[in-house]
Amino acid sequence: MTLKTLLLGAAATTVFAPMAMAERGADGHVGIIYWQAPSILNAYLSNGTKDIESASLVSEPMARFDPTGQLVPFLAETVPTVDNGGVSEDLMSITWKLKEGLLWSDGTPVTSADVLFSAEYCMHPEGGCSQFAKFDGIKDIEVLDELTVKVNFEEPKPYPYTAFMGNQSPIIQKAQFENCMGAKAPECTEENFAPIGTGPFVVTDFRPNDVIQMKANPHYRDPDKPAFATLTFKGGGDAMAAGRAVLETGEFDYAWNLQLSPDVLANMADGGKGKLVSAFGTLVERLEMNLTDPSPDLDPDIRATREAPHPFLTDQAVREALSMAIDRDLLVEIGYGQAGRPTCNLVPGPDIYASDNTGCLVQDMEGAKAKLDKAGWVDSNGDGIRDKDGVELSILFQTSTNAVRQDFQALIKQWWSELGVETELRNIDASVFFGGDPGSPDTFQKFYADVEMYANNFDGTDPQAFLANYRCDKEPQPDNQWQGQNINRYCDPEYDALIDELSRTAEIAKRSELAKKLNDMLTKDTFTIVPLVDRGRVSAHANDLGGVRLNTWDSEIWNAADWHRIK
Amino acid sequence: MTEPTPKVIPGSGGATPAGALTDPVPVTPPRSHWRDVWDQFKRHKGALLGGIIFLLIVLAVFIGPFFWSIDATYIDIRARNQGPSLAHPFGTDQLGRDTMARMMAGGQTSVAVGITAMALALVLGSFVGLIAGYFRKLDGPLMRLTDLFLALPLLPLLLVMVMLFRGSLNQAFGPETGIFILIVGAIGITSWMPTARIVRGDVLALKEREFVLAARSIGTTNTKMIIRHILPNVMSPIMVSATLGIANAIITESALSFLGLGFPPDFPTWGRLLFDAVDYLQQYPERVIWPGVAISLTVLSVNYLGDGLRDALDPRIRGR
Amino acid sequence: MLTFTIRRLVLSIPTLLFISLVIFLLLELAPGDPTAAQPLTIPPEVRERLREALGLGEPLHVRFVKWIVQFFWIEPQVLLDHLFGTSFAEGKQRLISWQTRSPIMDIVVQRLPQTLWVVGLSYVVGVLIALPIGILSAYRQYSIFDQIGTFVSMLGFSVPTFFTGVLLIVIFSVHLGWFPSIYDTTLVVNSWDNFMAQLRQMVMPVFVLALFNAAQISRFMRASMLDNLNQDYVRTARAKGLSERVVVLVHVLRNSMIPVVTVIALGVPQVFGGAIITEQVFKVNGIGQLLITAIQANDLPMVQTLTFIFAVLIVLFNLIADVLYGVLDPRIRYD
Repeated sequence: MTLKTLLLGAAATTVFAPMAMAERGADGHVGIIYWQAPSILNAYLSNGTKDIESASLVSEPMARFDPTGQLVPFLAETVPTVDNGGVSEDLMSITWKLKEGLLWSDGTPVTSADVLFSAEYCMHPEGGCSQFAKFDGIKDIEVLDELTVKVNFEEPKPYPYTAFMGNQSPIIQKAQFENCMGAKAPECTEENFAPIGTGPFVVTDFRPNDVIQMKANPHYRDPDKPAFATLTFKGGGDAMAAGRAVLETGEFDYAWNLQLSPDVLANMADGGKGKLVSAFGTLVERLEMNLTDPSPDLDPDIRATREAPHPFLTDQAVREALSMAIDRDLLVEIGYGQAGRPTCNLVPGPDIYASDNTGCLVQDMEGAKAKLDKAGWVDSNGDGIRDKDGVELSILFQTSTNAVRQDFQALIKQWWSELGVETELRNIDASVFFGGDPGSPDTFQKFYADVEMYANNFDGTDPQAFLANYRCDKEPQPDNQWQGQNINRYCDPEYDALIDELSRTAEIAKRSELAKKLNDMLTKDTFTIVPLVDRGRVSAHANDLGGVRLNTWDSEIWNAADWHRIK
Repeated sequence: MTEPTPKVIPGSGGATPAGALTDPVPVTPPRSHWRDVWDQFKRHKGALLGGIIFLLIVLAVFIGPFFWSIDATYIDIRARNQGPSLAHPFGTDQLGRDTMARMMAGGQTSVAVGITAMALALVLGSFVGLIAGYFRKLDGPLMRLTDLFLALPLLPLLLVMVMLFRGSLNQAFGPETGIFILIVGAIGITSWMPTARIVRGDVLALKEREFVLAARSIGTTNTKMIIRHILPNVMSPIMVSATLGIANAIITESALSFLGLGFPPDFPTWGRLLFDAVDYLQQYPERVIWPGVAISLTVLSVNYLGDGLRDALDPRIRGR
Repeated sequence: MLTFTIRRLVLSIPTLLFISLVIFLLLELAPGDPTAAQPLTIPPEVRERLREALGLGEPLHVRFVKWIVQFFWIEPQVLLDHLFGTSFAEGKQRLISWQTRSPIMDIVVQRLPQTLWVVGLSYVVGVLIALPIGILSAYRQYSIFDQIGTFVSMLGFSVPTFFTGVLLIVIFSVHLGWFPSIYDTTLVVNSWDNFMAQLRQMVMPVFVLALFNAAQISRFMRASMLDNLNQDYVRTARAKGLSERVVVLVHVLRNSMIPVVTVIALGVPQVFGGAIITEQVFKVNGIGQLLITAIQANDLPMVQTLTFIFAVLIVLFNLIADVLYGVLDPRIRYD
């Protein structure tokens, strides 16, 4: 607190100009708090949001997504498209051109060699690059001149904005990382902790998993930006504490991802020191129905694989009834408030890909009961639980440990019990649940439960890769060490055919139609995936911090260069 | 000591010839050791009060639900976030579940887990400590084992335990008992070490005392020696460990269920109620107060109980 | 006593090696994966490559031996280089954390100041409060002082720090605005103002932890004093005409110290281990926070190294306690 006032004072005395707004470093100090602490500032060596977003203050890509999901050029002159000739007609290449006169923070010029190097760095087979998928399908990269590179693909790429795009694939300096290729990548501690970048800030001190201190980049391309001379990026604690530091005590200016109960948030916002901002992306909290039998009595090779179909969840009527019994509005009200909205879609955005599927939004308990009655699921033995042919509707419902998810579990259990379905709840530590360890019985991929709940989203704005996860052969099974994203073990040849068609289609309207069809097949046609809430992002910033535009498609602090102090 | 006035009445019975002088026969049997302990215990005000409060808590959580019939997991969404009222004396939580019912249900688990896990840790710790302190040959290996257990990282250890044993325990004892055993076992196995070290330290000093030498010189066996002479003299640190152990077990249980190691998430316990309520500290302060007071009261009452018991067991203090 | 100490020190080497093996196997067995923290969007092939880049493809024993060599051979060389400017360790592979891809020991050294300041100080404060309270409560058993002491210490122990910490923050940071709720680890103390700032940010975490530690230690102190106050030797000492102060503070106290020394020695390694919950609540980001984030991210080399350092301290301080027993009570012999 005192440090901040001190620095503010120092800044005020040195820059006592009337046009304080329009000068680099005029607004003194800004403090950002993330309740997860960054471990490394190289986006190619980590996939953690905390790492990638903190690195986005320093390293920049050719173009970013703006809050509406549109592409905006950053280091590139313009965003290449088929129309402006940047993307070839046959979709086999994309040509990126750097802005002129760009400088690294050490004063040297940014050239196409750096762009090429960034790709080589990540594509090195021994480097363990976390963003390797971004460079998937690239045949080679040609340097056309000092400022231009041409990326050639192995096959037509309808959506070519993967490499050098967004916060996960920034341009790094060749001179700095030259000796850090491949197996040496992890050894370059100094480079990974203080990368030379083109962004608005430069690292002065990095303490892994704790705090980063930065100062304004003297060579930033806009001479008037950033408005702040210094920046502190603190990590650690929990969402509650981060929110409190911005909204109630005013120690920090910006707090990230405040996933807290709505009434707690509202109460904190009454503190009067800051305000909440929210935006929606593609993150959907949903129920996954297991189409395979997770019974522990089965042989481990067969348990929860397609060889053992689920005793009752394979019946569409059951899945549909379970979905109908849920009041999504109430879930939103309890768990997310303004940061959530009920949804029936797996792909809730961007708007061109969102299906108009709203059938699930109204709870219909009687309809659900009637549906089960009609399908023959009635309580024949008087124990309060519906059954058919000796199979009881008894569900094990698991999710990761998280206060909101546990509230959802309790609510859903009550609705299902009203329906005549018995539910046993289980919560699992997130690091195990999402851990993917083939030796653990509790991972979400192994799915040793009947129903599970979590949230998932896709990178960028194009859902193709995401929807392709539900192909027949992509399910986790013993043969592939339980890896894969087809959690439900969904399999439909028609679906696979549509995916193939999508990957060959470039025209946006047609792509949108196909994506909606695929989305509907998984949700309202089969109820394999039961979406609950389209989860937005809530962050908070101090009242006097100007220029914040919350972005869910890219780094949340993507426009920190424009931030300023409101006087 | 309470007056042990031997009540003596002249023998008068049909068995003895009339008029014959008989020796006075003590009618009351010789006072047993445990009787003395009880008499002393009764006179310890703190202990008595602690005992009564503890009994009340146990009664409230185990008998209470028969009188307060709202189900602890029943959600009444319209009644959420209510303050104390006649319908809900302790208020309701963010889903509209009745806090009083949850306190009772939570208390059953917390008290049961707290006492059992503490007892397990105590028995294990005292046993290891006594054996290690008394038998020099076993001291080294047992203390190195203690070091090992102290060094093991708690979280990964618990995760491994749940991975290895949850399935089989569930199958053998059913889900609820299975998880209870797992939790009690996990807490017991990870918290016996301090007791073992403390007891061993005391035993090392005790066994060089004169009375031990005296007892040995009259041929007391090792088992007898430990039970009659050593154990009573290390009771006080054990009692302290017991009270601290209960608090520790109740809190650890909530941490375990948080990891997904414990009871299902809709199953309330005091530790979990407290943890969940911390977020609402500013809006609904009463929600932290109920479980906080319940845990503290339980620990305090057990502490006084332990104090009284320790005093009662100490023949030097008894009768002062 | 000296031979005993040396023998135990020598014996502790195989003990520690065995402990490190057990820890290693335990961590291997524990569910979890270093790529768990990564978002679900990355494809399985990339995950597999990440694992291989971290060295997870190598067999178990190779990785264990590598760790041993790095910990016991290369890291000491780095220390030597650092102290004397030599270059033994140049070009050798140091112990690298999976999360940060940087040398583990550097981070540990970076974290030590705040952990020692906050957790260490709270332990010292805790012990300094606990001993007099324990002694006085025992000497005046069942007096008002004893009752209050008992009440406060039991409350201090039974109310968890995740609650007391937040309560203090709400009162003193949010409502009164006296102390910061976020600990600033970058603060350099070089002036009076900075010193005051440091003091202000330390008050709450130190208080919370000191209360917790003092509660525990004072209970053992009191119980042990009570045991000894009624012994025959106390009567003898009084009969000899020794002053009450000498009787209590020299004779009784010395004989009552054994369990207290045990408890204090058990607590010291935890000081270095940091206080996980308190550090999280106050964002102190010390070694406790380092350990918990490493566990959550399945950063096995980091967890292994930190746990092993604690193991060394545990073995060392338990040895110190054993030696102190002999000093406090010369009748205790180990040979």
